[in-house]
Amino acid sequence: MLEISGISKTFFPQTVNEVKALRQVDLRIEEGSFTAIIGTNGSGKSTLLNAIAGTFIPDDGIIRVDGKNITEWSEYKRAQLIGRVFQNPFAGTAADMSIAENIVMAMRRGQSRPLTRAVTQKAKSEIADRVRMLNMGLEDRLDNAIGTLSGGQRQALTLLMATWLKPKLLLLDEHTAALDPKSAAKVAELTKQIIESERLTAMMVTHSMQQAVDLPDRIVMMHRGQIVEDYQKENKKRVRIPDLLDTFDRVQKRELFDETVAALLTEQYF
Amino acid sequence: MNLIIGAFTIGLILSLLSLGMLISFRMIKFTDITVDGSLTLGAALTAVLISSGWSPWVATFLAFIAGMAAGSITGVLYTKFKIQEILAGILMMTALYSVNLRIMGRSNIPLLDTKTVSEIPEKLLLDFTDGNKNLLFFGWQVSLIDLAVFISSLILCALIGWLLNKFLLTHFGTVLRATGNNVQMVRAQGVNNNKMIIFSLALSNGLVALSGALLAQYQGFADVQMGIGMMVWGLASIIIGEALVGKTTIGIAIAGTILGTILFRLLIAIALRWGLNPNDLKLVTALFVFAALVAPQWFKSLHKKLSKNSHHA
Repeated sequence: MLEISGISKTFFPQTVNEVKALRQVDLRIEEGSFTAIIGTNGSGKSTLLNAIAGTFIPDDGIIRVDGKNITEWSEYKRAQLIGRVFQNPFAGTAADMSIAENIVMAMRRGQSRPLTRAVTQKAKSEIADRVRMLNMGLEDRLDNAIGTLSGGQRQALTLLMATWLKPKLLLLDEHTAALDPKSAAKVAELTKQIIESERLTAMMVTHSMQQAVDLPDRIVMMHRGQIVEDYQKENKKRVRIPDLLDTFDRVQKRELFDETVAALLTEQYF
Repeated sequence: MNLIIGAFTIGLILSLLSLGMLISFRMIKFTDITVDGSLTLGAALTAVLISSGWSPWVATFLAFIAGMAAGSITGVLYTKFKIQEILAGILMMTALYSVNLRIMGRSNIPLLDTKTVSEIPEKLLLDFTDGNKNLLFFGWQVSLIDLAVFISSLILCALIGWLLNKFLLTHFGTVLRATGNNVQMVRAQGVNNNKMIIFSLALSNGLVALSGALLAQYQGFADVQMGIGMMVWGLASIIIGEALVGKTTIGIAIAGTILGTILFRLLIAIALRWGLNPNDLKLVTALFVFAALVAPQWFKSLHKKLSKNSHHA
């Protein structure tokens, strides 16, 4: 479904602030799989997601989604294939507009916007049916401005909007990190439920080891712009939080040494 | 009575300016100064075309198109060339000043004894009253020509307000409004936000130029200076409208903007009659907008202070 080959990105090249955010990353995501991407701050996990979403064009490499080479596509064009939920719960919805208006926009994600009335009675009853499944009582408040809702409610609606039209790929960028623990658990549960019932292909960047172990069926660990570990299938089923933390430690310790020493040690002891 | 009808008519004509600014300033949240130039552009083009024998209808329509072109250039400056929104508007407004002088060939064109778009309603009304040019209305002498222009402006204004409301509630109009609300969300929904901004500015300035075209025909002249300060004028009208009826739905915001423009024009007609120096008009308007922008924050902090004090007591 998703094929990334050799993508690199350097921010602020040839300045003192130069950051090599992605170094020759290769990744294949199978259709119907749910992958978590973990890593320390600055490891490039969000940058990788943004490269796929089209926030920037990589310096090098190719990105394919559903067989299409989307490397040079603009961000809005990629929305035909990709649904997104952001870390900031306010980023995915238009605050001054009603719940119904927001969802109506998502009902035509990546499609033309005709000059016909957007919020019809028919659309509204369809919206109410699906919003009811969130169990948040929002179906009676479809005409309320989305800005009056809590972060958790807005994030749940954003998730619903991103998946209203089945996306080829769903990108979740730490989408529960800014929520209170109760809302975070609710949105995480909802994420699993929607991904399973719609059989979506999804990628999730997360800081929560618990989420990485509980929700997806694959864990990719990144460090300094590269993929350093990839737990799949049986490996993923066996992995527990302490294992992940150990790997983090190992990766970070290795960094303390000079790179050549690290290479030497790796050769002799690992 | 004629003075009041006149104020109402100018208010209605200028409400097209305010409606245009409602799109840029409130819907896509773009502070667009092009307005000052595109109002004059509409007036200049119409005046030149009408006085050289073109049909006033065609002239008015072309003014609308010219305004759209001006607005889209501002939009392209902002989106493609990444020029700040205020600067993009200033550049376009400055350029339009020369363009308008070029179009007119001089700084002022009178439109006396020429046909205007009000000829049809005038004729209809005169037919209806057997050529009687005045009407007694609750003891007031009312000029039928003025009345005809007033009624036709009212119909036009209502029609455009109704169409705008319909448009903003369509799928296209909904993403247009969202563009001013959350650009990131709009892009994630697959909408080219730059195209939305360019289109909105085109529509907005088209309406502004239309307003200028009608104003020139009503006043009987076009002047290269007539657009100066019009952006602040439109802003004041929008703010008054919101204070009057709020902005809970699009329809209410549109109706409020029209009402606000008329009320503002009436207030100014009254102030001028009471002896306000016309030279001070723009200063007064600017002060008014300043007050309207600052008052809500000021009231909020005052309210906070008061509730704090009562808490301590």
